[in-house]
Amino acid sequence: MRPGFGSDQGAAPLLAATGVSFAYGRSAVLEDVSLQVRPGEFVALVGPNGSGKSTLLRVLLGSLPAQRGSVRLFGDAPAALREPWRLGYVPQRPTLASEVPATVEEIVATGRLARRGWWRPPSRQDREAVRHAIGSVGLGELALRPINQLSGGQQQRAFIARAFASEPDLLVLDEPIAGVDAGSQALFRDSLAHLMADHGAGVLLVSHELSAVAQDLDRVIVLKRRVLFDGPPSELMAGGVSLGVHSQDLPLWLEGLT
Amino acid sequence: MLTMLAVTLPYPFEPLFMQRALIATVTVGVFAPMIGTFLVQKRMSLIGDGIGHIAFAGVGAGLIAGVWPIWTALLFAVGGSIGVEWLRARRRASGDLALALFFYSGIALGVVLVSASGGLNASILGYLFGQPLTVNRQEVQVIVGLGVLIVLAMLTLGRVLFAVVSDEEWAGVSGLPVGVVNNVLAVLVAVAVVAAMQIVGILLIAAMMVLPVAGGQLLAHSFKSTMRWSVAIGVASSVAGLAASRIWNLAPGGTIVLITAGTFMAIALATRRRGRSATVPEPGDPGHLAEDLGPGEATV
Repeated sequence: MRPGFGSDQGAAPLLAATGVSFAYGRSAVLEDVSLQVRPGEFVALVGPNGSGKSTLLRVLLGSLPAQRGSVRLFGDAPAALREPWRLGYVPQRPTLASEVPATVEEIVATGRLARRGWWRPPSRQDREAVRHAIGSVGLGELALRPINQLSGGQQQRAFIARAFASEPDLLVLDEPIAGVDAGSQALFRDSLAHLMADHGAGVLLVSHELSAVAQDLDRVIVLKRRVLFDGPPSELMAGGVSLGVHSQDLPLWLEGLT
Repeated sequence: MLTMLAVTLPYPFEPLFMQRALIATVTVGVFAPMIGTFLVQKRMSLIGDGIGHIAFAGVGAGLIAGVWPIWTALLFAVGGSIGVEWLRARRRASGDLALALFFYSGIALGVVLVSASGGLNASILGYLFGQPLTVNRQEVQVIVGLGVLIVLAMLTLGRVLFAVVSDEEWAGVSGLPVGVVNNVLAVLVAVAVVAAMQIVGILLIAAMMVLPVAGGQLLAHSFKSTMRWSVAIGVASSVAGLAASRIWNLAPGGTIVLITAGTFMAIALATRRRGRSATVPEPGDPGHLAEDLGPGEATV
């Protein structure tokens, strides 16, 4: 395990879902889902297509209300966070496709707005946090490049830097490594380690593919409408195939785990 | 101020009416591209056109009610703009469809009201096609006043506006006031449309918001510099268009927009070899290039 990873079991959870259910019309998408992420903990949420990952993420972030059960982010209801900057969110690509040539620095600086108050001009400390966030994802030399000139992996790292800029306590990433080149994956892994080491932040990674970070995970949660498994990756390896998940999916998640 | 300018300005700006036109037109050349930069980034380039048509209904209402049409146009445009935003934000209709609904209702209401008020006359044509050479002192004051309001709002709210128009979903999750910001932008668009209405005309307002940005983003390397270039193009085209319209007796609104379009084409031709969409190779990381290259060519 890398330095900086490792959960603080005694601390109050950053994110806690209890008995969450959700249905679109009559078709149940989530049934009695409970999970927690604590400070310093690195958790992956995996599941096949249609397993309810995206719906669960929207419920956890407050853009969909839970029909049953409850969600608490930093102790608040997710739609009414008192300190929303404590949550760093990296959406699935491509939510941002810049029409106008906005630079990496301009995009990352927006990540600081909620923390300092969006009506305030940036202080020296804000500028320093933005510079630091860009450096931590290895884009220092490309900070002044228009983001629409970067490769997919570089753009994804810019969005991670935007989430880092607020120095969040919990980082939520939606499919951040799908289709990203190996060099970017390694930088991605390093930058997560950096955030967790620097700030003791918790990380929830929603992904199809864990190979880049499999070694660092504290826990894996397997979702297929309900939580099929929640525990350390080594236990998943031992009992994984009996979970009833599509058998072709498992090796992909566990690639790199030995 | 106007008298003093009359002494110093050369042909074709020496008469007082040209100086009024110049002040009003340059004001539009500043605020329209500024707001347009945000609209292009939001992929709502054509909203100005839709709001212009709603403003036309407001002009008709003003003529019937015997009120100065600027105020009724402002009322209609602000209402319509917030309505479009309301429909778009609640996904009751896509941005496109929301626009179409208001756009056609607006122009239809405008046609009905204008005919009821006595049909097309010179004043109506002025609102439709622009009449900068005949704006009076009071109209210039309103245009400059609204323009200053828009520019101040853009300068104050620029950062949060940029965050929201760039990535609305993310901005919402991150705790930025997406609803408020979108509505403020909608109101600013409406104010800009009404302020520009008499200069370039309802039918050409969207062009002044968007065409300078189309040229500016080819020259710029950041959002901020795109805005600066767009304003420079907007102001230069406004001055050149106004001069050309007096010298060759052309319709000023159309001339200004044609010069803006010509400027865009000239910039596009001059920059076409730069390969703007190409991937940037990362210093010291040549290994990923093969899989990351898009259809364009890599350039540094």
